[in-house]
Amino acid sequence: MTRAAAPAVVPVSPLRRAAARFLANPTTGIGIILCVLVALSAILAPLIAPHDPIEQNVVEQLRPPGGDHPLGTDYFGRDVLSRILWGGRISLIVSLTAIAAAIAIGGAIGMISGYVGGRFDTFVMQVMDVLLSFPSLILGLIVVALLGPDLVNLVVAIGLTAIAPFARIARAPVLALKERAFVEAGRALGYSHARILFVHILPNILSEVLVMGSLWMATAVRTEASLSFIGLGVKPPTPTWGGMMRDGFENILDAPWLAIFPGIAILLLVLGLNMVGDGLRDATDPKLRAE
Amino acid sequence: MIGFAVRRLIAAAPTLIAVLTLVFVIVRIVPGDPALVILGDQATPEAIAALRARLGLDRPLHEQYLEFLFASLTGDFGTSLVTGRPIVSEVAAVLPHTLDLTAAAMLIGTVVGVPVGIWAALHRNRAIDVAARILSLLGLSFPVFVSGIFLLLLFALHWRIFPVIGNADLADPVDRLHKLVLPAITLGLVMAAYITRVTRSAMLHVLSEDFIRTARAKGVPWRAVVWRHGLRNALIPVVTVVGLYVGILIGNSVLTEIVFNRPGLGKIIVGALNQRDYAMLQGLMVIYCFLIVVVNLITDLTYGLIDPRVKHA
Repeated sequence: MTRAAAPAVVPVSPLRRAAARFLANPTTGIGIILCVLVALSAILAPLIAPHDPIEQNVVEQLRPPGGDHPLGTDYFGRDVLSRILWGGRISLIVSLTAIAAAIAIGGAIGMISGYVGGRFDTFVMQVMDVLLSFPSLILGLIVVALLGPDLVNLVVAIGLTAIAPFARIARAPVLALKERAFVEAGRALGYSHARILFVHILPNILSEVLVMGSLWMATAVRTEASLSFIGLGVKPPTPTWGGMMRDGFENILDAPWLAIFPGIAILLLVLGLNMVGDGLRDATDPKLRAE
Repeated sequence: MIGFAVRRLIAAAPTLIAVLTLVFVIVRIVPGDPALVILGDQATPEAIAALRARLGLDRPLHEQYLEFLFASLTGDFGTSLVTGRPIVSEVAAVLPHTLDLTAAAMLIGTVVGVPVGIWAALHRNRAIDVAARILSLLGLSFPVFVSGIFLLLLFALHWRIFPVIGNADLADPVDRLHKLVLPAITLGLVMAAYITRVTRSAMLHVLSEDFIRTARAKGVPWRAVVWRHGLRNALIPVVTVVGLYVGILIGNSVLTEIVFNRPGLGKIIVGALNQRDYAMLQGLMVIYCFLIVVVNLITDLTYGLIDPRVKHA
C-alpha cells in the first residue's frame, strides 16, 4: 500500500523563519562563536588558566609574552592570560545581572505604564525620559562613586542606566496590544490585570525586549570595563579587564602588552554581542524582511 | 522659526526641573551621612556638624530642594569643597578643551559617517556595503579607552607622530590642533560608526518610498533623486541620532581625556570622585543637565530647518 506524498507546503512558524534568517547570516555565526568562546573561557577559567590570577611573583615581573606566560606578566608578576580568563567572569556576571535586572524592572515599568495609560503613563514616561537623557557612563560613574565601588553597586549602576530604554521598548507594543480582542476576552472572563499583562501580553513583546537585551549586553560590558578603567570597578586584586587596562596604561612604556591583550578581550566580547544582537534584530524585524 | 524656538524653550523647562530633581535625589540617596563620608571616621562631631551646616544638610529636605532648584536655575552651581572656588569658574577654565574635543569628534563623525552611510545604502549588499557594515560594527564595539590606548601606542609611542600628553596651549592654534588630532579621532571613530549605520538604514528606508519611485518615473536624474529627495528625508533620523549621541559623546570624552591626559570636564569629574568632592559632583551633574537640555533644543530646532512640517506642527 502506498501513501499519498505529504503536501509540499509545510506551514512554518514565524519563530522558525526568524531562527532560519538568524542562522543564515554569516556575521551572526561569527558573533555566536565569539560569545561562546568568551563565555566558555570565563566559565572554565579555574580549569584552563595556567596560573593563579592573583598570586604575585616578583621574580617574574613584567615578562614579555612567550614561554611559560603566553601573554606575559604584569607589574606584580601575575600571568596576564590567567587574569584575562578570570576577568571575563566579572564582565559577564556584572553585565548579565545588570541587564536581566533592567529588563525585569524596566520591562515591568513600561508594560504597566502602557497598560494603565492616561496621566500615570505620561508621568512615568517623563521620568524615564529624564533617566534616558543622562549619558549612561556619567550616570553609572556618579552612582558607583556615591555608593562605593563593589560588585553589587556596579550592577545597580549599570542596571539603572538601562532601565529607561527597556521601559520604552516594552511600553510601545502594549499600547496597541491592550486594544486587541484577546485582551478584551481576558477581561470579559474576569482575569486579573496582572494575569492579562504577564500571561497574555508579555509573550507578545518578549522577542523585542530580548533582542534589545543582547544589544544592551554589549553596552553593559563596555560600561563595566570603562568604570573599572576609571578605577570604579570591582576592587583589586580581583582581575577585571578594565582594571587590567588601567594597570597596563600605567606601564605603557615598559610593557604595552599589559594594555593590548585585555583590550582585545573586551573588543572581542563586545563585537560578538553586537553581532548577535544585530542578527537577532534583523531576523525579528518585520520591516527589514522585505528589504 | 522664532515662535517655534520659543515654544520649544518653554517645553524644555519641565524637563530641566525634572532632571534637576533627579540629581537632587541621586545625591541624597547615598547611604550614610555625606559629611561623615567626606571627613572620614576620625572626624570630630563638631567638624561633622560644621560641614553639615555648610552643605545645608541640617535643614529640612524641602528647603534644601527649593534652594537647590533656585540656585541651579539662576546659574549658581555651588563651590568646590576642595578648592573653595565656584564650580562655574573651575568648569569654565577647562571647558574649551572639552568643547574642542567634542566638536572635532562630531565633525569627524559626520564628515565620515554621512557619505559612507549613503554610499553603502546605494551599493546595498555589495562589497562596499558589507565592508562599511563590518567596519562600523567594529567601530561601535571599541570602548574609547581601548581605541585611545591603541592609537596612543601606534601614533605617539611607536611612530611618534603625535604627542603623548595632551595639555594644549589654548592660545597657540597649531599646538591646540596638533594635540587634538589623536583624541578627536578616538572619539570621532565611534561617532562615525554610529552615523554610518543610521544614515545607511535611513537612506535605504527612504529610497524604498513611493515618492522616490514617482520622482524617478517623472524623469528626475538619479543623482538629484538621491541628494534632493532621498538625503533630505533621511537626515531627520540622522540628526536625532547625532543629538542623542552628544550625551554619549560627553560620557566618552571623560575616558578620552583620561587616556590622553587632557584637561577637561572628564578630568574634573574624576578628580572630584577621588577627593569625594560631593558639591563638585552635584554641580557638574547640573551642568551636564543644562548641556543636554541645550543639545536637545538645538536638535529640535534643526528638525525645523530640515523639515518644514515640524515647524508648523
